[in-house]
Amino acid sequence: MTGTLAAVGAGLAVIGAGIGIGNIGAKAMEAIARQPEAVGDIRANMILMAALVEGAALIAIILAFFG
Amino acid sequence: MRKLSLSFLCIICISVFAFSQAHQDDHGHDDHAEQTGHTDDHGHGNECGYVEADVFNPQKVAFHHISDQNIYSIGPFSFPLPCILKSDTGLDMFSSGKFKADYHGTGEYAYNDYVLFEGSVRRIVKADEFPDGLVELGKYKLYVREIEMDNGKKKDIVHLCYKGEEWLCDSKSYADAGFLGGGTTSFYDFSITKNVMTMILVFLFLGWALIGTANAYKKREGMAPKGMQGFMESIFVFIQDEVAKPFLGPKWEKYISLLMALFFFILGLNLFGQIPFLGGSNVTGNISFTLIIAVIAFLVTNISGNKHYWEHVAWMPGIPAPLKIFIITPVEIMGLFIKPLTLMLRLFGNIAAGHMVIIIFVGLIFIFGQNGANPVAGWGTAVGSTILTLFMMAIELLVAFIQAFVFTILTASYIGTAIEDHHHEEAH
Repeated sequence: MTGTLAAVGAGLAVIGAGIGIGNIGAKAMEAIARQPEAVGDIRANMILMAALVEGAALIAIILAFFG
Repeated sequence: MRKLSLSFLCIICISVFAFSQAHQDDHGHDDHAEQTGHTDDHGHGNECGYVEADVFNPQKVAFHHISDQNIYSIGPFSFPLPCILKSDTGLDMFSSGKFKADYHGTGEYAYNDYVLFEGSVRRIVKADEFPDGLVELGKYKLYVREIEMDNGKKKDIVHLCYKGEEWLCDSKSYADAGFLGGGTTSFYDFSITKNVMTMILVFLFLGWALIGTANAYKKREGMAPKGMQGFMESIFVFIQDEVAKPFLGPKWEKYISLLMALFFFILGLNLFGQIPFLGGSNVTGNISFTLIIAVIAFLVTNISGNKHYWEHVAWMPGIPAPLKIFIITPVEIMGLFIKPLTLMLRLFGNIAAGHMVIIIFVGLIFIFGQNGANPVAGWGTAVGSTILTLFMMAIELLVAFIQAFVFTILTASYIGTAIEDHHHEEAH
């Protein structure tokens, strides 16, 4: 039974990360559309922010499977 | 249109190859079963009453494929690697070829109380009573049995069946000293494993490529870059201009060699693991490896941290004292350790998950084909799962670059905050 609950926890963490990264991507697209000349800076910062959000989700997933 | 049909043909060919491999595997099992003679229709076993269920277990296969091993197997061939093992009886150095590993990486011989189970070396717990030297075991003598532990939890323990007796085997020796649940063992494994071998290969390749590039600048001074030099220069300048200069400020030159080393080593290992049919080494998806590079990033950050950095950690200026004592300082101190922890887990999680997803997609063939009992479903799934695997591999190629870049950029930003000169025009 613990296995099933851990899988549910991992799934919830992924929902959170999905919403977070989705927002980052949407805002970055908007920003690029408004200022196409800043595309390089925006892309680099977008990847950085996505990595930070993903980090939180990965901690949750790994704790769910190992904990 | 012609291109499309050509690629479709390719996919069909690969699927046929994959499925015929699966079929071969199945026949192999039947042959083994006949040889041992201790089996019924459902699997194979040994005289200690153990019968292996011949059911495909995708979870076991996936975890086996991402784990480190003492043999390097490429397809049906397995290459021996040097074993360096230390126990209370002394240091043992020998080739893992002595174990005569079978298709699954399980050894048919024991050597000096060590056995090889699914690619990793284990030691017999009652080593004093077991005969020393090379001992022939035979097929299917090593197996996993679930044992109830003292604390009531169930744990999978490897057993050896030798002359009708059951012998308990130790766990794998982990570099994390049992911290991640492996438990302590009676021996240390310092072997050149598959992951270490991959690191050496990637190190040699990067040495060749980067020293060659450096020499090309001397030889071809004033001329346009050519070949490998041109490829390396574009990556090098990208890291220098997009990562090092904006994050590290005027002192970027001091840390550029660390950042380049991290980027190229992680990228090289990520890409080497992506090459199909070459062992699929999973070095950056191994938590011990990512732990070490995260510790290096942590040490460099904190050793190069200046007065302002430590002031902001210990006693953030411009905030009431009670708030500092109860909230800000504990959180900042936790943050010091959470930063390298996320670095470690991000790289590990991404690469290990990528390797597992590919294995699971291949495993779908066996799940739907019911181990060859239902060939039509197996053939059908083989086409679909090959397309999915190719798609996943394309994504993983992207992830290999992104994760190497993210690790470098985050390390640069952590070092950047530690060495930044603060100008206190206004209170925080």
